[in-house]
Amino acid sequence: MKGMCVKMQIQKRKKLHISDVMIYLVTVLLMLLCLLPLLNVVATSFSSSAAATAGKVGILPVGFTFNAYRKILDDQQFWRSFMISLIRVVLGTILNLMLVITMAYPLSKSRREFHSQGIYIKFVLFAMLFNGGMVPLFMVVNKLGLLNSIWALILPGAVGVGNVILLMNFFRSVPKSLEEAAEIDGANPLQILIHIFLPASKPCLATICLFSIVGHWNDYFSGILYISKTSNYPLQTYIQLISAAFDLSKVTDIEKLKQYLSISTRTLNSAKIVISVIPLLIIYPALQKYFTTGLVVGAVKE
Amino acid sequence: MRKPKKQLYYHAMMLPGMIFLAIFSFVPMFGIIMAFQNYIPAKGILNSKWVNFDNFKFIFTIPDSKQIFFNTITIALGKMILGVIVPVCFALLLNEIRRKAFKKTIQTIVYLPHFLSWVVLASVVQYIFSYEGPINSLLSAFKINPIMFMGSNTWFRPIMILTETWKEFGYGSIIYLAALTGIDPGLYEAAAIDGANRFKRLLHITLPGILPIILIMTTMSLPNILSAGFDQIFNLYNPLVYESGDIIDTYVYRVGMLQRQYSLATAVGLIKSVVGAVLIAAANKLVTTFSDRRMF
Repeated sequence: MKGMCVKMQIQKRKKLHISDVMIYLVTVLLMLLCLLPLLNVVATSFSSSAAATAGKVGILPVGFTFNAYRKILDDQQFWRSFMISLIRVVLGTILNLMLVITMAYPLSKSRREFHSQGIYIKFVLFAMLFNGGMVPLFMVVNKLGLLNSIWALILPGAVGVGNVILLMNFFRSVPKSLEEAAEIDGANPLQILIHIFLPASKPCLATICLFSIVGHWNDYFSGILYISKTSNYPLQTYIQLISAAFDLSKVTDIEKLKQYLSISTRTLNSAKIVISVIPLLIIYPALQKYFTTGLVVGAVKE
Repeated sequence: MRKPKKQLYYHAMMLPGMIFLAIFSFVPMFGIIMAFQNYIPAKGILNSKWVNFDNFKFIFTIPDSKQIFFNTITIALGKMILGVIVPVCFALLLNEIRRKAFKKTIQTIVYLPHFLSWVVLASVVQYIFSYEGPINSLLSAFKINPIMFMGSNTWFRPIMILTETWKEFGYGSIIYLAALTGIDPGLYEAAAIDGANRFKRLLHITLPGILPIILIMTTMSLPNILSAGFDQIFNLYNPLVYESGDIIDTYVYRVGMLQRQYSLATAVGLIKSVVGAVLIAAANKLVTTFSDRRMF
């Protein structure tokens, strides 16, 4: 008995097992795996063009220079696209939030409280499961005359049905007593929504807001689909354009491909990429805080 | 005077969103008709010739489509499998780490790739696997000839799967980490007292503890089997690897939008939608039988 107690005490002290070392090692390796490629992009952006093309850049710049960034200051289109993306993020996120909130609230009511809840939710779920596809959507956007405008980037995806369901479930977890008290005081549903439910759902709203921001900022495909004038491109679409600067769809043999992949004005592209990632990095701490909790609450709830 | 009924408020709230859904989700659904026609833009939907199931017959007979479906499912399966194994293992590793600061640092770094778009990451991937990139440099250190990874049909699919896993394993581990914290520590202590070593504890407590959530996550990813990651592949593929890398969505884009074969593309999209919907219904059924959790 006594021997066992002593043994347990020893185990409780910080003893470095070989398994501990292995665990730390593997985790550090995985972390480096994520970090190094990104460091490489940053390093490339600060390197000389020759070094970059020759592939000499590791995680530290070779031939340190601000050339790439200086060139960017001259690139009008880059900044135009940057602004377009910024505006899109602001407008798009506001619209998303408004629509998600106004839809999630009635849907969160039981059928007794909101007689048509059942029908509406069936529509919403249907929209989530089926869609007409890329081609019909393009035609609708076209018919509405939205092609080439920033609205084509914002309006089609304005209702995020996944987020509606998320917020709806969150609203359902708000204690009924709060609502009943407000009703007794004579509040109408709109007032109840604004004064009770919204403050109570701040974490969930923050999560949805951040997802929306990231989604809008990173989306490049809407730009490719709906916008034909380069001057109207959002940032990611513009970067996509210059990264695949050479028309890869004409590449038919391996030598040409090798050529294209190496010629790229690599430092310039790297710099543009770094700049396009900075806004995300700025909100990243907020992202971390909210989505880890928001995601977990939504999924691992009992 | 009677106050406006509550119902009116609720309907009014639903209205803006429903209008958007109507225009951008429901109206396009009517475009599915194009799948059954030989749609010519100049003629419009009303005047294009009806060909019933010809488009679908065409899809199922041309050799291209078999290849495309095969590519899509292979890549999607690979991503699904690794997409569960790697995050789970990472969560298990992370769970063993006691130093809070270290743990937080790792998490911050490892979540990052998820938030970057494939436009940005494509440059990174192309560089790494390029002729003068690190991987080939490593190979030449072992006296192996450099391989043109991004142009090779043997390597393209594995690279797609591996890089996607790289991008998502950090973010994907969050759910499993959360589930791990939900396991009763008392169980571990009891097992330690009974003499179970680390490995045994892992096998008999940890894994059974997170098995439900693993099953749920796997089931929920089933409906995506026909979406093999358009963004990634679109940014990384080229004609040399169409044979192994072309997936349903990239095919629909090229053939539908660029080559304007609207009917064909719509038909393919319809197949995808229907299969996806069936799978979601099946997944929902499975999830509700596994636990008392519901997907919707």
